[in-house]
Amino acid sequence: MTTDVASPAPIIGTRRRLPPEVSILAVLIGIALVFEILGWILVGDSFLANKQRLSIIILQVSVIGIIAVGVTQVIITGGVDLSSGSIVGLVAMVAASLAQTAANPRAVYPSLTDMSPVWAIVAGLGVGLIAGSVNGVIIAKTKIPPFIATLGMMVSARGLAKWYTLGQPVALLSDEFTWFGKSFDVFGFPLPLPVIIFLLVALIFHIALGYTRYGKFTYAIGANPQAARVSGINIGSHLIKVYAVAGLLSGLAGVVTAARAASGQPGMGVAYELDAIAAAVIGGTSLSGGVGRISGTVIGTIILGVMTSGFTFLKVGAYYQEIVKGIIIVTAVVIDQYRQNRRKT
Amino acid sequence: MSQAAIETAPNSAPTPGDYILEVEDVRKEFPGVLALDRVQFRLRRGSVHALMGENGAGKSTLMKIVAGIYTPDTGNFRLRGEEIRLTSPLDALERGIAMIHQELNLMSPMTVAENIWIRREPKNRFGFIDHSEMHRKTAALFRRLNIDIDPDVKVRTLSVANRQMVEIAKAVSYESDVLIMDEPTSALTEREVDHLFTIIRSLKAEGKGIIYITHKMNELFEIADEVSVFRDGKYIATKSSSEVKRDDIIRMMVGREITQMFPKETVPIGDVVLSVKGLSLKGIFEDVSFDVRAGEILGIAGLVGSGRSNIAETIFGVTPATAGSIELFGKTVAIDSPARAMRRGMAFLTEDRKETGCFLLLDIQENTQIAVLQSGYVKNGFVRQRELSRDSVEMSNALRVKTPDMSEPIINLSGGNQQKVLISRWLLTKPKILILDEPTRGIDVGAKAEIHRLISKLAGQGVAVIMISSEMPEVLGMSDRIMVVHEGRVTGFLNRDEANQVKIMELASH
Repeated sequence: MTTDVASPAPIIGTRRRLPPEVSILAVLIGIALVFEILGWILVGDSFLANKQRLSIIILQVSVIGIIAVGVTQVIITGGVDLSSGSIVGLVAMVAASLAQTAANPRAVYPSLTDMSPVWAIVAGLGVGLIAGSVNGVIIAKTKIPPFIATLGMMVSARGLAKWYTLGQPVALLSDEFTWFGKSFDVFGFPLPLPVIIFLLVALIFHIALGYTRYGKFTYAIGANPQAARVSGINIGSHLIKVYAVAGLLSGLAGVVTAARAASGQPGMGVAYELDAIAAAVIGGTSLSGGVGRISGTVIGTIILGVMTSGFTFLKVGAYYQEIVKGIIIVTAVVIDQYRQNRRKT
Repeated sequence: MSQAAIETAPNSAPTPGDYILEVEDVRKEFPGVLALDRVQFRLRRGSVHALMGENGAGKSTLMKIVAGIYTPDTGNFRLRGEEIRLTSPLDALERGIAMIHQELNLMSPMTVAENIWIRREPKNRFGFIDHSEMHRKTAALFRRLNIDIDPDVKVRTLSVANRQMVEIAKAVSYESDVLIMDEPTSALTEREVDHLFTIIRSLKAEGKGIIYITHKMNELFEIADEVSVFRDGKYIATKSSSEVKRDDIIRMMVGREITQMFPKETVPIGDVVLSVKGLSLKGIFEDVSFDVRAGEILGIAGLVGSGRSNIAETIFGVTPATAGSIELFGKTVAIDSPARAMRRGMAFLTEDRKETGCFLLLDIQENTQIAVLQSGYVKNGFVRQRELSRDSVEMSNALRVKTPDMSEPIINLSGGNQQKVLISRWLLTKPKILILDEPTRGIDVGAKAEIHRLISKLAGQGVAVIMISSEMPEVLGMSDRIMVVHEGRVTGFLNRDEANQVKIMELASH
């Protein structure tokens, strides 16, 4: 018979474990190399030796990445956030409506045109923060599953995004606002601002999770909520913080989306939450909570980007791309689970 | 019982006294604990056989082996005179051994009938479940057992007593010859107990053998024909219940030398730091009052389920009280969460290491530091990790946690070492009142002695300690005073010099 009691003999000697990101990084490099080799064989070109492409790989997933940084924290607490994509849509609408130029004869707020982009950004982040806080309060106070609470927000926020202009896109945004979606040349390498924002956000929350009380409590709640409570952690108020952060980051993603597209559309961000969850999970975050790192999520995000770019580069049809992407996500989780089970025995 | 003769079971090799189940030489070792040491047990047809012993004596382990839940290391089993080897609970059930567990295993959203016939549902000729036949069979079964429950109601709507009846009916429906009941009356009212006993008597008359685990002395004399006593994983004796007295049984249960103990040193006892008055938690415990002084160790003794752990949880704010007051250092305080209790200088080592103690996914360092982060080692939200790690390592060394380094996942440690990590977690918070629930359960002798020494040292430093334990020698050896709890009420206090195992057992059982 088996018991869950760990073997009594302590392990002798110090084993230095490799950080868990190493294996995910290996997967990233592996996938990139496969595309490189296939590139030479099938299209006679290098996949990686192309500055433009390297920049686009990350640019196209930077919005997903910003969301994934928040979603990772939610998943570490043992929850999930399905509302990110809809918050992106709602925030894109709100931010865009406050960033229109006077040149637009049909501006949403004709008296609020040609404003400093600060207002659009503050309003966008504010809407994201409020939506996330609502998620958190509902989860903490009613104790309903996060899946349901954020599913409700997903539907309602999308509805709000459509209602805001009765389905009309918001166009003709100021140059100051769309500046946030632009690229800069750094030593001859095109570096888009959304990528910088993504990496900055990732860095901030990597530090927050690793070195602050906020981070320690986040892991503890996901690892064992009962023990966390007995250890004096106020689980409700901490969950509100985590969901608020996730909402704020979705808001930021919404602002960036509107700036990049130079417009706000109610359909923006559809299914982004699923890509963000996929990025977190590929990066080693466990859906059962307590395990996960932002560095892994960043790599997971880049893997998604490499796959999309790689398939396009190889001229693989969009349908095949989706089929293969689904398989890769599931495979990543199966491998991860296998790895974790092995660690336990 | 002569009715046994009509049993259909093959019985070609009749054994003396017509034993239905014979168990010999059973040994079972869990990591670090010898749960059963070559025990034996024999059950007669048409009889009720009580199993008694303190918590941890091995009764439940033995029964789980008989029911096919655990596989023994060694042991011979004969069912109706035939050698058997059980492979699973299902195997046991099909051979006619059914166990009714303490925690009921019914599927509450399903109906009574569906629960009873699960996996064996009567089918109609299209292969679909024949609900009217199922209803009919259930009603017939209930008539036979004199149970008055509608077969078509959802189990969710039933009282605990009625669920128990359903469990019993389910066991009987397998036409089991051996029925194991693990403390079946712990949640029943007196009238419900009477009904249960009526059912047990009719099962007995049908020639079934019933194994009855209990802590209640009066039940033993009312319902059992024989009693077997276990102690510390060893078989002590089997007696006919008509030939033993209550005191004999208590002596058999506790008659053991006090060994492996590190008795508490005498230290000056200070002022009252915690005073509990009329504390109640509706439906769990009532009117609990006691004082604890600085430097004192108050032991709380009582059987599992007596409410002793609930009292500790309420004082620490895990389940806030429904009545009564808690005074700390002379001031009445409302404690509605563990966070608040910690701010008042309390610490609480819970009973269940795995459920409410360890963060099994995290490493030793993280497990050690989590509680103290509420009150210290944090500046502007950032953890002062270097300082915290240094103090954590120091604490681990002081408690002699056996590990190569602090980044070892706690899941890789033995139970005793995990317990030491959890104790260091609380000691880092520098508590003034330390509540320990089963501080040495399931850990080896060496670690046990170290933990006893540590508790004693803390009391010497003026910490008020409340220690709940199922182990009599531990309670007797460590406590300055012992509070005994029975069925949610305090039944008495014993001072160190007057306390002994028999007195405690008398207060802890009826």
